Amino acid sequence: MTTIDYRALIEPQRVHGSLYTDPAIFADELERIWYRSWVYVGHESEVPEPDDFVLKHIGPQELIMTRAADGALHLLSNRCTHRGNAVCVQRSGRAASFRCPYHGWNFRNTGALLGVPHPEGYGGRRGPDPATLGLAHVARMDVHEGFVFASLAADGPTLRDHLDGAADELSRLARLSPEGALQLTTGWLRHRARANWKFLVENETDGYHPQFVHGSIFRVAGSGIGELYGERSAAVTRAFENGHSENDLRPEFGRIGRPLAWFGTTEDRVPGYVSAMRDRHGDDADRLLTEGAPHVMVFPNLFIAEISIFVIQPVAVDQTVQHVTSVQFAGAPDLNARMLQQCVGSVGPAGLLLADDAEMYERNQAGVAQRRPEWIDTRRGIARERVDERGYRVGAANDETAIRGFWRHYLRTMTSPAGPANGSPDGSTAVEVPLVHNP
Amino acid sequence: MTDADATSPPDRRAVEDFVFREARLADEHEYAAWLRLWTDDGIYWVPAADADVAKMSVIHDNHHRLTTRISQLETGRRYAQAPPSRLRRVVSNLELVGRVGGDGPNAGDWVVAANFVLVEVRRHHKTTWAGRVTYHLRPVDLRPVEEPDDGGFRMSYKEVDLVDRECDLPTLAFLI
Repeated sequence: MTTIDYRALIEPQRVHGSLYTDPAIFADELERIWYRSWVYVGHESEVPEPDDFVLKHIGPQELIMTRAADGALHLLSNRCTHRGNAVCVQRSGRAASFRCPYHGWNFRNTGALLGVPHPEGYGGRRGPDPATLGLAHVARMDVHEGFVFASLAADGPTLRDHLDGAADELSRLARLSPEGALQLTTGWLRHRARANWKFLVENETDGYHPQFVHGSIFRVAGSGIGELYGERSAAVTRAFENGHSENDLRPEFGRIGRPLAWFGTTEDRVPGYVSAMRDRHGDDADRLLTEGAPHVMVFPNLFIAEISIFVIQPVAVDQTVQHVTSVQFAGAPDLNARMLQQCVGSVGPAGLLLADDAEMYERNQAGVAQRRPEWIDTRRGIARERVDERGYRVGAANDETAIRGFWRHYLRTMTSPAGPANGSPDGSTAVEVPLVHNP
Repeated sequence: MTDADATSPPDRRAVEDFVFREARLADEHEYAAWLRLWTDDGIYWVPAADADVAKMSVIHDNHHRLTTRISQLETGRRYAQAPPSRLRRVVSNLELVGRVGGDGPNAGDWVVAANFVLVEVRRHHKTTWAGRVTYHLRPVDLRPVEEPDDGGFRMSYKEVDLVDRECDLPTLAFLI
């Protein structure tokens, strides 16, 4: 059992550098967060037809996401129950069954063992008991707006309870489809960084860095994104319960007041999309098109940045892979083509934005290997944090409210004796910080 | 240009001169000179796992985005290349493959393919990149004498098919 004293490492205004570098802490995180909490795995639209499959992962664990003949989704361990060989080595495809290449054991895409060669060796004509030797399923699976989540623990909060306010943000994204659904059909980039996974999570809704890290591209592209996070911005950073957070840019897009300004385009560029949205949503379409898509981090590994969907995969204490694809909406071909091009330009190993983020994660990782001053400072905006009408802590656009929310949940999870704790709406936590009530 | 110039295969040495020069300008971060090697309708493509322009790509730039990419590098605050990587690449196994067919803007451009191996050193880490590179070269009138000789071509297309495009890739912010 671990003897790590997390309460000594996580304080209201600072966290200890060893949280990013200690292999024992990483091993503990795998057990307590990645193999126990709800973790995002894949999207239903990646396996649209019966017998479709795609390889996915929870940290270092590889899973096959399948759609069986009856249309049901399954999340299966990619490990033969005989001697551990991988039963699937293809990233995606179509298969009603998976045959292990080592000794020919054959599994239906539901995980059920169909048969083994030469069954007499198992003491009877039928071979080993198929009921006990199917591919392992995840303990729990649930879906919200097509986003498929899994927990490797049999007990714990429901997905809906886990998602808390982040569930509405995923719904808000789906509502921007004229058919109310996402279609993640454009494949994935896999970008590796020599950094601990938490540096990625913290960066995703850190509104303090864009003006600096991305100043080069904002300047040459004439982008106004930096101002959304400036000192005069009306946008807010919001900490949901359970470590989720968002940069809520709606106040800024509302101020601009022009549909599709959030995507840097105008209605005349995507007329098919705009008319399909007006047909579906009527008078409400203008509001939806003006407020735009969310910028939300779903603990611990799903990040949606308006037009891009990121999945964080920790592989070692100092190695993380960030998978990324473009948001694509059912019924929006003209907008989809533009989102794909914009996303490809922005993200991944060569992305005009993300390459510089990755540079920062890696320099952070190198930095925390230095032993002094030991701590990372997380206090920005703590004195001007307030509680909004829904009971969530909010800070200014470039405050560290999201980072503090992440660490509150992390501390609860890493110190809870029986699995991931669920936050309560009143914000009571193991770490109390002063609040300014200013709803 | 004479008719003979437009129809007979280009001189192999002239093609090599262009390709080797392109490689050296990229290695040495001569951004403005490298950008001048392109036609205005150029496409710079580094496929990802699916090798499909309708899916996610590592790079899929038209000339406008390529100009943005170069301008960002030139700010000196493209942190993923500030400081820049040290680079050296070898381009070899070069073949003149044929010409671009159809009646698109690239029709008739010469198709040249080669293998490459590139060593990158950045912040004390050494990374090996390798793959197949395909160029579409468009003969152009000779430049004024004060400009360096570039073999009389412009690139209308450069595709870099990485051998590890199905794997996790580290940051690739230099010109590959």
